[in-house]
Amino acid sequence: MISHALTACHECDLLQRKPILPSGGIACCRRCKAVLFRRTPNSLDRALAYTLGAAILFIIANMFPIVGLEVQGNANATSLYGAVESIWKNDMEGVASLVFATTILIPAVEISLMLYVLVPLKFERLPRKMSAILRILQSVRPWSMTQVFILGVLVALVKLAHLAHVVPGVALWAFGGLILSLTAAVATFNTHELWNLVTENE
Amino acid sequence: MSDSDVTASQLGLCVCHGCGGLSRLAGEGHDMCCRRCGTALHLRKPNSVARTWAFLIAAYILYVPANVLPMMRTGSLFGAQSDTIMSGVAYLWHSGSWHLALVVFIASILIPLTKMFSLTFLLISVQRGWTERALERTKLYRVLDFVGPWSMLDVYVVTILVALVQLKTLATIQPGPAAAAFGAVVVLTMFATMALDPRLLWEPKENHHV
Repeated sequence: MISHALTACHECDLLQRKPILPSGGIACCRRCKAVLFRRTPNSLDRALAYTLGAAILFIIANMFPIVGLEVQGNANATSLYGAVESIWKNDMEGVASLVFATTILIPAVEISLMLYVLVPLKFERLPRKMSAILRILQSVRPWSMTQVFILGVLVALVKLAHLAHVVPGVALWAFGGLILSLTAAVATFNTHELWNLVTENE
Repeated sequence: MSDSDVTASQLGLCVCHGCGGLSRLAGEGHDMCCRRCGTALHLRKPNSVARTWAFLIAAYILYVPANVLPMMRTGSLFGAQSDTIMSGVAYLWHSGSWHLALVVFIASILIPLTKMFSLTFLLISVQRGWTERALERTKLYRVLDFVGPWSMLDVYVVTILVALVQLKTLATIQPGPAAAAFGAVVVLTMFATMALDPRLLWEPKENHHV
């Protein structure tokens, strides 16, 4: 590492001095206005709270049916995993894997890794292999698509609403809460401050 | 660019894309790793332009079957019906939910097309070495990065419909081949956006460290 006072923008490569931020402040690149880093007040406690909430909601969202359908005595309901299975059975293994990865696997990995980092830090211990974990977190994040999935469910429900009686399931509400808490967890999980912790403990 | 604007690469410095720490690159800077996090260091993403073109061209090719082939097949007592992405939008529009038709149109047609055309434009601007309007082009890149996942919408709609509408004698819905092609387009355009290094948008051609 050259100097802790300098940084380069990851989007335009401009070399600049790191500003000293007040609590809640955001440092932006002088030239291209990209967010360089921010200082989140109580980052650790808040991120941990939101992530724990997200973990609980994630479990509920995956255990119960999302929506049910009733037409003339025929009823059918599906959970998220059930939907993945039925796509798989229709010989669409690729689509099934894609849906499974973006809505179940990657959000699960994301939530567990955030907990893996945050829980030990709360008890003032540095988690093992923290730098590797932070790197994995950064690379999986763009592929976590719970919000898009919920919008997809809503579109599907409207398409079906005039054909059949649609019953929203417990998981639908859990997914709604999951989007909010996961977004809040990601926003308060301050990667920059965590990297600084790694440096201090070298 | 004013005189005070010095980039890290001009001083042989390199920002780690893993942890954001600044390192000095020795010589050509091959096979170096960040001391803090162990990520391989590169002045710019390796082969950024070539890799982005590869993902982008593959996405263009798959975009054709994604729109021509059926997204899903509905079978009911009254016969069978195939729906493409566009006919799905038209169906929503005629059935009175114009706001949802708009959402699906934006997510499934407008976003993927805009994204592919914009990436093509950004790539050409990098290859020509344009330095004008770098800020605007960077903003365009940020928008592309943000909207990427939202095109997945139609794949999820089909997933839910297929799972729910399995009412034996009354109606069944099966996924069509376009669902796979469309999913691939979304993934490929996301890879293309990730492969493109926004820092190239700021540099004249002779400075490219590819």
